Formats: sequence, C-alpha cells, structure tokens
Amino acid sequence: MTITLTGTSLRHGQVQALHAIDLQVAAGERVAIIGPSGAGKSSLLQLIASAMAPTTGSVELLGEAPWRLSARARQRLRARIGLIHQAPPLPPRQRVVTAVLAGRLGQWSTVRGLLNLLHPSDIPGVRAVLAGLGMADKLFAQCGQLSGGQLQRVGIARALYQQPQLLLADEPVSAMDPVLAEHSLKTLNQHASERGITLVASLHAVELALAHFPRVIGIREGQVAFDRPAAEVTSDMLDALYANEHLGSPPLPVPTLNLQIPRC
Amino acid sequence: MLTADKRDPAALPRLLLTVLAIALLWPGIHVSELNPGVLLEAENRRQMGSFISGFWPPAHDYEFLALLWEAILQTLAMATAGMALALLLAIPASLLASRALSLGAASRGGQLGFWSRTLRLPVRGLLIFLRSVPEIVWALLFVRAVGLGPTAGVLAIAITYSGMLGKVYAEIFESINQRPAHALMQAGSGRLNAFFYGILPGAAAELVSYTVYRWECAIRASVVMGFVGAGGLGQQIDLSLRMFAGAEVASMLLAFLVLVWLADQLSRLLRGRLA
Repeated sequence: MTITLTGTSLRHGQVQALHAIDLQVAAGERVAIIGPSGAGKSSLLQLIASAMAPTTGSVELLGEAPWRLSARARQRLRARIGLIHQAPPLPPRQRVVTAVLAGRLGQWSTVRGLLNLLHPSDIPGVRAVLAGLGMADKLFAQCGQLSGGQLQRVGIARALYQQPQLLLADEPVSAMDPVLAEHSLKTLNQHASERGITLVASLHAVELALAHFPRVIGIREGQVAFDRPAAEVTSDMLDALYANEHLGSPPLPVPTLNLQIPRC
Repeated sequence: MLTADKRDPAALPRLLLTVLAIALLWPGIHVSELNPGVLLEAENRRQMGSFISGFWPPAHDYEFLALLWEAILQTLAMATAGMALALLLAIPASLLASRALSLGAASRGGQLGFWSRTLRLPVRGLLIFLRSVPEIVWALLFVRAVGLGPTAGVLAIAITYSGMLGKVYAEIFESINQRPAHALMQAGSGRLNAFFYGILPGAAAELVSYTVYRWECAIRASVVMGFVGAGGLGQQIDLSLRMFAGAEVASMLLAFLVLVWLADQLSRLLRGRLA
C-alpha cells in the first residue's frame, strides 16, 4: 500500500477538519478527491503529503510512518512525495528555472543546492518538463511576471521534476482555462501511469475527475462520503455530496442532470 | 442638531494628550537644566560668534586636505571593516534565531514547538547582550585594551552592530511570505536551501536596504568614536575643536555631509536594482 490512513483525524485549532478517515491507496493507483469547499480536501492532502501530523490515528506512506521517524528520516521520506499546491508557493523574484530545479532539493546535498543557485545545473531537464506543459519559452522568466495559470503549471513542473513516488495535487488546474486544464491533467496522468507512480488529486470540477481518474473519493464535512470507481459514481451521489442546506433561497432552477460546479 | 454635527469626538482626547505631554516635558526640561538663555548672554555670544566666523572659508590648504583625505579613508575603512566583522556573526545568528527556518513550525502551520522556542532563546539573548551596550562604551573599553587607534573602533562597531543586524535580519526573514520556504521543507529540502530558495528572493531588497543604512550609521558612529581616541575623522574634529580651528571643523563637517549623501545614493541605487 502506498497510502494507509487508519482512523485519522485532523484538527486546526477549534476546527475539526477531518473525522476518523480510513483510506487505502495501492501503488500505481490514480485517485481523484472531490467535495464541496471546506470539506477537508486540502487537509487530507496535507496529511498524505506528511506536511501535517494527524491529531489522532495513524498515517503510513510508502511503507513508513512519517510521524514515528526522526526529523532527518522524515525529510528523506518527504523527498519521495511531491505536492502540487493550489496557489504555487513561488517567490515572485525567482526565475522559473530555479523554481523548477528546487523540486529536487530534497534529493540533492546542501552544497549542490547552493551551487545550483549560482548556475542552474540541469537546464535541459527543466526545459523538457516545461515543454510538456507548453511553458518552454518561460524558462528564464521571473515567476512574478506569470499569470495564475502559468504559475500553476510551474508548480506542476516542479513536482514532476522532483520525480516523486507519490504525486499529490491540490486543485492543480483551478486557475486554468478548460483546454489547458484538460491538457495539464492529461500530462499529470500520463506521467503517473508511465512511471507507475501513485497520483492523488483534489478537483473542483467533477467532470474532470470522472473523465481522468479511475477512482473517485467524495469528501463531505471531513468524512469519506463515497469511494468508488469513476464509472459507478451516480448523479444521486454527487447531488448528496454537494447538497448545501446553508444556501436556502433563491431555489435553484429545475435541477439539471449535468451538475454545474463553479470552478473557483 | 447642528452643534452635535460639528463636534469631533476626538477633540477632547487630543487636547488632554497635549496637556499631558506638556506636563510631562516641563519637569524634564528642569531636571536636564536646559536654559536657552545662556546662549544669549553677551560673553557667550561673542565667543560663539568668533568661533563660527572662523568657519569661513573652510580650510583648504594642501597639507590639511591630505590629512583630511587620510582621516576620511580611515573612517570609511573603520565603518566597513566593522560592518564586515559584524556580518560574520550576524548572519549565522539571524539564521539560528529566526522562526522562519523551523522544520517543526513548517509542519504545524507556523506554530513553534516547545524545544524550537527554547533553543532559540540563547541566540536571542546573545543578540540582545551584543546590542545593549552602546558602541561608544565598547570603544572606551577597547581603547583601554588595545590602545588608541582605529582597531578599537572596528571592534566596537563589530560587536554592537552584529547584535542589531542579527535581530533585524531574523525579523525580516519572518516578515516575508513563509509559504515558499515551508513548501520546500515539506518536500524534503534542508533548512539552508529552504532559506536560499524560499526566503532570500523575497527578503533581498529589504536586507540590502537595511544593511546599507546600517553602514551609514557605522560611518557616523566611527566619527563619534574618534572623539574617544579611536582615530579617523572624529579624532581630527576633536583636535580642531580643541584648537578653536573653525575653518578645519567646517571642512570636516562638509566632508562628513558628502559621505552620508554618498551612502544615501548607494542605498537608493541598490534598492532600485532589487525592488
């Protein structure tokens, strides 16, 4: 198993983000996580990225329990896990080539990391990753000059360049137009299936989740609402997942079959 | 209604604060024995007048200018060497003291754990100790220890300024967006690289601006320390003042003005490049 969560819950201060989640993902699986805003999708990904320690329950990743390891061993484990952030955490003054190369800092020695700042050590490798996302011309641009969608693709490129065994993506295409979103998700899935690595992505757009991922997990109020192969997900399940009792009026026009979920 | 509309609810507190400020300042003036009337007494007026009239024209004979040039170079060298030594201590100390590079905080949404707080305390304490003693006091101590000359000034600047620089650097690291560094540490990167890739790009402009400003302060401080025998421009000003050589004092003050102006221009140039 690549990911094993057993009775895992997470609390941010007063807010209970996740309640006793049980989840298993095998190596090489590609899983989409869907659910309404604030359901706990990002928190779940933070747990799986070993970025946050669970409040209760256990987390096991790539056969190791990150929160029972020493800090040094946990950093080595983290280097094998790549997380694509929804808002890419890139300094505006950093060049794209440096931002992408930073993906491998966990695998490089400190000295190599520092030398790489003076002269980028693997320009062809970065160019190849960026080319797959249609960004090869932005290799030496500064991150601050890019649009939201371009930044998200730099974030994706960094995670791909990291070559992790477990690839996680938190709303990786939320700032892209539909065509780009389609292409970027395809690139992610292709990367994952070619190398047999595990991919877990949270998505706002249900149709993208159903189209690209064999397995879909619905999260609602910090709990797993359903966990099915994409083909078995029915519109009733989706209606129940996104039902919002807080938005009373105005009543929605006759409920259509195709769910229209706003993307941002 | 009209009078109610014209009332400013802040007027009364402002008036009270003004009265309070005067009430606090008045005893202060008495205790410090400030008496501006002394300046206007006939005897003092004549003395000052004759001294200031000596300011023009500023001294510009060749021999004096050579002396002035040497003193300026000595002052600049003292400030720069002091800053360089201070940076040697300030940079590692600021990295140790800053919360921005805590691995634990990166996993806890920026909250420091007990140990990472406790272990940062001694470094913070050291920085406080270094900057709590004014550089002029260090200079007096070092003049006793290593004798008259610029060495005492350099050491005094190095000690005090390492405390100031270390503290402010650590705070600059914490004040910028922490997400890039946290994301890197959560992807397995070491702390030093997380600093260079995640924090330095955002903090560089502010760091340079503050460092150049401190260098300017170091120039001023090295002049002041000259008065206690640490060499440079300050010592020359002290000698000239004692000899009532107004023209020489005027030249040196002009030179001083130019130095500070140059430091200001340098700061502006560097900040423009980085911002």
